Amino acid sequence: MINKETTFMGYRRANGRVGIRNHVIILPVDDISNAACEAVANNIKGTMALPHPYGRLQFGADLDLHFRTLIGTGTNPNVAAVIVIGIEEGWTKKIVDGIAASGKPVLGYSIEMHGDHETIMNASRGARELVQAASEIQREVCNISELWVSTKCGESDTTSGCGANPTVGNAFDKLYELGSTLCFGETTELTGGEQIVAARCRTPEVHDQFMTMFNRYQEVIDRHKTSDLSDSQPTKGNIAGGLTTIEEKALGNIQKIGKKCMVDGVLDKAETPTSSGLWFMDSSSAAAEMVTLCAASGYAVHFFPTGQGNVVGNPIVPVIKICANPRTVRTMGEHVDVDTSGLLQRDLNMDGAGDKLLEMMMRTANGRLTAAEALGHREFVLTRLYESA
Amino acid sequence: MIHFVVHEEGDSVGTIVVEGIKTGQNLTGWVMEQDKMITLPTLSDIPIGHKISLGDLNKDDTVMKYGVDIGRVVSPIKAGEHLHVHNVKTKRW
Repeated sequence: MINKETTFMGYRRANGRVGIRNHVIILPVDDISNAACEAVANNIKGTMALPHPYGRLQFGADLDLHFRTLIGTGTNPNVAAVIVIGIEEGWTKKIVDGIAASGKPVLGYSIEMHGDHETIMNASRGARELVQAASEIQREVCNISELWVSTKCGESDTTSGCGANPTVGNAFDKLYELGSTLCFGETTELTGGEQIVAARCRTPEVHDQFMTMFNRYQEVIDRHKTSDLSDSQPTKGNIAGGLTTIEEKALGNIQKIGKKCMVDGVLDKAETPTSSGLWFMDSSSAAAEMVTLCAASGYAVHFFPTGQGNVVGNPIVPVIKICANPRTVRTMGEHVDVDTSGLLQRDLNMDGAGDKLLEMMMRTANGRLTAAEALGHREFVLTRLYESA
Repeated sequence: MIHFVVHEEGDSVGTIVVEGIKTGQNLTGWVMEQDKMITLPTLSDIPIGHKISLGDLNKDDTVMKYGVDIGRVVSPIKAGEHLHVHNVKTKRW
């Protein structure tokens, strides 16, 4: 059982934040720099490229989100150092400067006037120096409350609502008491349970901000929908797992925020929380998008309850899978870090399930690879708000 | 052996938590919030994770789970029958 004195061995960064991994990442500004980034990661062992399909001709809030996500990813405490490569100097420098503000080692390279060959050569030299320096960073004793924890569920079924999600809720209640910084989101998937989240908001201001975000997302759906969304929400996987309506899915989803946590604040996508407590992030409900946003907000470990067996991971944040469906545990066991199927036969109580998850969180924080990490799941998916210019 | 779980008393449905439930089986259910056991014969084959109706429901009745409205009945459902997308729809969107 965890308490205020519980510690783990983490990496303390220049800005005071604590990470549990020590990645050196090769980060493309845009789609056409992916090839150079992958070449550098191939040259220099112990580095990792994060290819993605965007970063050209975006504008306004969509461009702001792009920068915020890339800068946030580089700034995440699970990252020791960053190489940024873009097609041109301007946006490359913007991202380098944004990451450098955290005090982290970061080097930028742009391809125009150099070509891929010279860029790869120069960036490989920089990456070798950064990865060798990172390899000497030692883990040190950190308090449990310094570990930022986010959550999002996926391929949910009815066992998520009665088993895996309340397990996360129980763990969140315990972490909240210790002063942890926590996050949940999935705006659309609160539909039918939004009144429950609204009632848990700490202040009238937070309540109003939450409802504004919720209503804005509903308007997006109303504007674009061509049906009652029964082909999309719940998903085909949710329906195969027994979930019938979005309301039922939402009520299961909300079990993740436990019984005692209050919603202390709201975040825009990839925004960094400014204090401890439970934060709601206005976000997509698509697994890889949401986990990528949590990572960009600075969260260092992620709780991912699943029913039917979502296999998602993240390149820089360990994603801990929790499952209470005995069939999924049997057929997809290699993806499950914490089996709480005993809950449904009363072999395990909720307090025990929450402790089991927290024990796995501590082991993961100390260095144990999650199933998603061991299986190479590195989904890095940027959220887009609208079309390019 | 627990065959289905109910979140709380007053809910319209239970969730099947074992594989291979066949028509005519007498099922044992656990009401989690009140920590009570109930029994119910099933009128359908119901896959794991899918729901069983705990009572008779008419068209336009509200289905309750977690003590909250999760949708409306679109065709009548008898106690013990499979309750899912063929007989219940969202009230949203």
